[in-house]
Amino acid sequence: MIHSLFLINCSGDIFLEKHWKSVVSQSVCDYFFEAQEKAADVENVPPVISTPHHYLISIYRDKLFFVSVIQTEVPPLFVIEFLHRVADTFQDYFGECSEAAIKDNVVIVYELLEEMLDNGFPLATESNILKELIKPPTILRSVVNSITGSSNVGDTLPTGQLSNIPWRRAGVKYTNNEAYFDVVEEIDAIIDKSGSTVFAEIQGVIDACIKLSGMPDLSLSFMNPRLLDDVSFHPCIRFKRWESERVLSFIPPDGNFRLISYRVSSQNLVAIPVYVKHSISFKENSSCGRFDITIGPKQNMGKTIEGITVTVHMPKVVLNMNLTTTQGSYTFDPVTKVLTWDVGKITPQKLPSLKGLVNLQSGAPKPEENPSLNIQFKIQQLAISGLKVNRLDMYGEKYKPFKGVKYVTKAGKFQVRT
Amino acid sequence: MTDSKYFTTTKKGEIFELKAELNSDKKEKKKEAVKKVIASMTVGKDVSALFPDVVNCMQTDNLELKKLVYLYLMNYAKSQPDMAIMAVNTFVKDCEDPNPLIRALAVRTMGCIRVDKITEYLCEPLRKCLKDEDPYVRKTAAVCVAKLHDINAQLVEDQGFLDTLKDLISDSNPMVVANAVAALSEIAESHPSSNLLDLNPQSINKLLTALNECTEWGQIFILDCLANYTPKDDREAQSICERVTPRLSHANSAVVLSAVKVLMKFMEMLSKDLDYYGTLLKKLAPPLVTLLSAEPELQYVALRNINLIVQKRPEILKHEMKVFFVKYNDPIYVKLEKLDIMIRLASQANIAQVLAELKEYATEVDVDFVRKAVRAIGRCAIKVEQSAERCVSTLLDLIQTKVNYVVQEAIVVIKDIFRKYPNKYESVIATLCENLDSLDEPEARAAMIWIVGEYAERIDNADELLESFLEGFHDESTQVQLQLLTGIVKLFLKKPTETQELVQQVLSLATQDSDNPDLRDRGYIYWRLLSTDPVAAKEVVLAEKPLISEETDLIEPTLLDELICYIGTLASVYHKPPSAFVEGGRGVVHKSLPPRTASSESAESPETAPAGAPPGEQPDVIPAQGDLLGDLLNLDLGPPVSGPPLTTSSVQMGAVDLLGGGLDSLIGGTNFVAPPTAAVPASLGAPIGSGLSDLFDLTSGVGTLSGSYVAPKAVWLPAMKAKGLEISGTFTRQVGSISMDLQLTNKALQVMTDFAIQFNRNSFGLAPAAPLQVHAPLSPNQTVEISLPLSTVGSVMKMEPLNNLQVAVKNNIDVFYFSTLYPLHILFVEDGKMDRQMFLATWKDIPNENEAQFQIRDCPLNAEAVSSKLQSSNIFTVAKRNVEGQDMLYQSLKLTNGIWVLAELRIQPGNPSCMLSLKCRAPEVSQHVYQAYETILKN
Repeated sequence: MIHSLFLINCSGDIFLEKHWKSVVSQSVCDYFFEAQEKAADVENVPPVISTPHHYLISIYRDKLFFVSVIQTEVPPLFVIEFLHRVADTFQDYFGECSEAAIKDNVVIVYELLEEMLDNGFPLATESNILKELIKPPTILRSVVNSITGSSNVGDTLPTGQLSNIPWRRAGVKYTNNEAYFDVVEEIDAIIDKSGSTVFAEIQGVIDACIKLSGMPDLSLSFMNPRLLDDVSFHPCIRFKRWESERVLSFIPPDGNFRLISYRVSSQNLVAIPVYVKHSISFKENSSCGRFDITIGPKQNMGKTIEGITVTVHMPKVVLNMNLTTTQGSYTFDPVTKVLTWDVGKITPQKLPSLKGLVNLQSGAPKPEENPSLNIQFKIQQLAISGLKVNRLDMYGEKYKPFKGVKYVTKAGKFQVRT
Repeated sequence: MTDSKYFTTTKKGEIFELKAELNSDKKEKKKEAVKKVIASMTVGKDVSALFPDVVNCMQTDNLELKKLVYLYLMNYAKSQPDMAIMAVNTFVKDCEDPNPLIRALAVRTMGCIRVDKITEYLCEPLRKCLKDEDPYVRKTAAVCVAKLHDINAQLVEDQGFLDTLKDLISDSNPMVVANAVAALSEIAESHPSSNLLDLNPQSINKLLTALNECTEWGQIFILDCLANYTPKDDREAQSICERVTPRLSHANSAVVLSAVKVLMKFMEMLSKDLDYYGTLLKKLAPPLVTLLSAEPELQYVALRNINLIVQKRPEILKHEMKVFFVKYNDPIYVKLEKLDIMIRLASQANIAQVLAELKEYATEVDVDFVRKAVRAIGRCAIKVEQSAERCVSTLLDLIQTKVNYVVQEAIVVIKDIFRKYPNKYESVIATLCENLDSLDEPEARAAMIWIVGEYAERIDNADELLESFLEGFHDESTQVQLQLLTGIVKLFLKKPTETQELVQQVLSLATQDSDNPDLRDRGYIYWRLLSTDPVAAKEVVLAEKPLISEETDLIEPTLLDELICYIGTLASVYHKPPSAFVEGGRGVVHKSLPPRTASSESAESPETAPAGAPPGEQPDVIPAQGDLLGDLLNLDLGPPVSGPPLTTSSVQMGAVDLLGGGLDSLIGGTNFVAPPTAAVPASLGAPIGSGLSDLFDLTSGVGTLSGSYVAPKAVWLPAMKAKGLEISGTFTRQVGSISMDLQLTNKALQVMTDFAIQFNRNSFGLAPAAPLQVHAPLSPNQTVEISLPLSTVGSVMKMEPLNNLQVAVKNNIDVFYFSTLYPLHILFVEDGKMDRQMFLATWKDIPNENEAQFQIRDCPLNAEAVSSKLQSSNIFTVAKRNVEGQDMLYQSLKLTNGIWVLAELRIQPGNPSCMLSLKCRAPEVSQHVYQAYETILKN
């Protein structure tokens, strides 16, 4: 099980350590630093590292490394999932998961870690339960606490801890009862040089924000549930109802949570909302090249595509770029060689384009690799898979809640090869 | 104000200041001080000097303060054990608190204080908490048992906590069940033999019920525990699978992967014709693919596991090739894994797509990745014949890019393509030769030299090309040197006229100027071959090469099966069994897939030892080869230890001082090895017989010849433990000579050669009388039968048990150790008949304490039949009497080392049991002689 945890920042300082069994010396992290050095890029540090006496399993989140020390055979996924849960909890408590936030709240962090894991076994990881045990810091509370001397540690057993619905606490009360659902779909795609789709799939999630009093029992149905054949559920969802009726039936946690995540992969269902015309070329034996890209709408279902940004990692030999754009603005960082073009909205009348000259290091051979274009965009009020919520019913409580569903489609890992 | 204020220090001396604050009267100030202490602790600062002051703050109603003090205690109690005792009273009191949160907190913290003195005080509160009315306390207490066990295992056993823990598996609260399972699994890991998690259909049912209701982490523990269970038949396996399948839709990837493990393992038991089998296969694909959309760290672990799953059951993901396409911003460790899986999934149907992708990757930036992509193209060519041409042209395109490392990798893989498809693509050689100068890596240089040497007759300037390498011969790596030597010899054999000088030059370089023994030896061999018989040299050097296999890097099937049982664990990430890397190797139990139980396929897997086998019938294999020196000659000096330690003094068998007792432990009769079928679960139908009948035929044929009973062959060394070599065998005695009949099976993917065998010293001096003769190399899936003659003149050492024989077998791969028990009757000599008078005198002479009595049950034979049956195994009837309707047989036998054993056998007509009394000057052997009687009479 998980023996110890070290938090390490990007410059290699260990700024927090927690041990659940006996104390493991910080020097074990040297193996991690060694691997980090080898990997060159922070993102490329392998997640599982073996050392003579321990295993180090790490994640990289928000510019921090969470490095856990393992001594016995243990499922690595379990450790990684748990570490992500720790990072999520910090995010939830402090608004951000950063070194500063953790250092500012070091005692709460320590209390949280102690509450989340006992002897390496996860104890309470649900945000609802944790918040009853240890109250998140607020400015108001710290003022009140310092006057009244009360503490931010709950002294009763959280109600959800042992019930069959550990994710919900009892006695929730709201004056405005609301239930909102966000259907968010991200398109992951690889488009090849000629513009045909090599690979495309939709990663969708339904995030819920539920503020309902008492013990509401909800069921959410879809117009076209058949789209969902590869789904991961929040533990609150009754699997049998879904199997038999294709209805999501659940008693929700209080507050924000991810209800389901799903994947739509059949090629014909995944529409590609933008196209890119590109021509990037480098001349042999001369220190310049041409760069020209134009972006336009494709299967966009009549909606506006907005928030478009194009990011390009140019080859190392590129010194500078002299470009003109018809829309938006661009920057080129000569150190990281990253070109960012902030396009904004597409208006079909005048397609945005970016073109100009590329200056190369003189004397260097012409680059072999062609850069990939990474594209970000957003389409409001549309789930690109066509998924639509039919209705939401509530049982178990008498009041009438406000209900709402929002749809949005974004680019996930959307890349165009040139 | 934030907590960062706790880090500020003053010049006066922090500890001093904190001490004052901790002893302050004001509650608030105290709490702030403790917080400062904790803050220092989190960054690894030593604040242990404040121990007494912090502990003084423990007696408080403020829960936050209490928790903070507890945090401190856990960290420092070990360094201040005497002081820690001060805290005990508060703990004990807190364990009685009306608030369950406080009770749980107290028992949890106490378990974390790793101080011996405290653990004694922990027992009573823990016992109470394990039976607490509040499930929150019970589940915390369950984990505490595991903590305590880690500190003091004996104490936990003595106090009976393990039984209480087992009872908690039936608790009404699913969270308690999950924690009990987790605690038991952790304890079981350090006690592999303890059978703590004794799983039966009832407890499985309870676990499956709890599975639906407990937290995600609990589900992981329960699923991992379920995976260790072996269902009794396919129906049970199916019903468990049905109840586990919903877990595949869980949001927690660890739950999903643990569920996949259970399903992959139990699927093994389902018949492929079953509709359900197909449904299950279909259900497995989506969750595996979904794992790939998670964070990169999760993807990595998932991909390592998918790599195993794809090798075991390629059909699951065969349509999902595209999800493994590499994305531009994947971390490198994800890219490399994806590439590996792409090649495994490549088939004729999708090869065009795969190749287009690989070509794309070959122009990426990351060098490691590009290299692997180029290699992958070569592997595709070898795997999918139809694509070979396209692969070769893709590789040629890549060579045209002139990117140094791409060219080198391409040349290495083209060499393999030449070997796989001889005489097909040699037209590209000219292009390859153009790039000769740019090669600077040994592997690429060696590959190029191989190509030039192999196709010397088609390359006009082959001699020039090779000569150019020769200049810096001594600066080359061994790989290149060896290849150059062979290459030039090949060239000489093909074009002897113009290359004589060249070959002499290389031979002298290799033999005279090199201090590398491999190179020198190879040089001398070529030299002698060429000088004595050039025709033979041609046959040897230019011999037709065996085809290379289609798939490279495949994991050996036996290892793969074991790894499938470890899906989701570290073993699955490293693709090694846990025994190969788990710290200290504290008795790791090998896992194996359950055998398929549908009767029609039963013969398929009798070698995977299922749980149904009675203990002791499996020959024990000496574990942890790593510990033993892989040196056969060392065997005598450092005998491998299996089970009981060996007595070190060697005993002369002639002198009858075999005293030493300890033979009682042998009860349970293990001196003949059960036929392998006995290991197949009882639910199997009859049709096993067919597969084995020829085994019996074989042995009975031998048996009628000159008598001595021969047990059917049993597996002595399972393939799993010997890198694919499986050894089964038995012992025979024929006309005065003993032999060991072996059957060697190669279940690995590579050819095995160079077999040798050696015995450790043993009680009767058994030793091989001739070397192990395996004439031809053993190719994969081939089996060979060998009879190894044995002598009894080897060196002697008393073994425990007496008839234990430790054997080392060596082949080109490694040295393997196993031990087996030989039946004693192979040692009964032919001149074992004693004279009547002599018998009487000896019987009287041996003291009565040495007499041992045994009952042989279920032996419905009459005196004559018994007598003749025994005689064929060299047990001779000296006299026969009839006393009160009972037949008394007086018998004698002699062992190879001269020990006489006298026997009185009482047979009652109509009663299937008979009584055996044995008298011998070395009473230790009696037990084994009795077992020999049993074996002979019952077969």
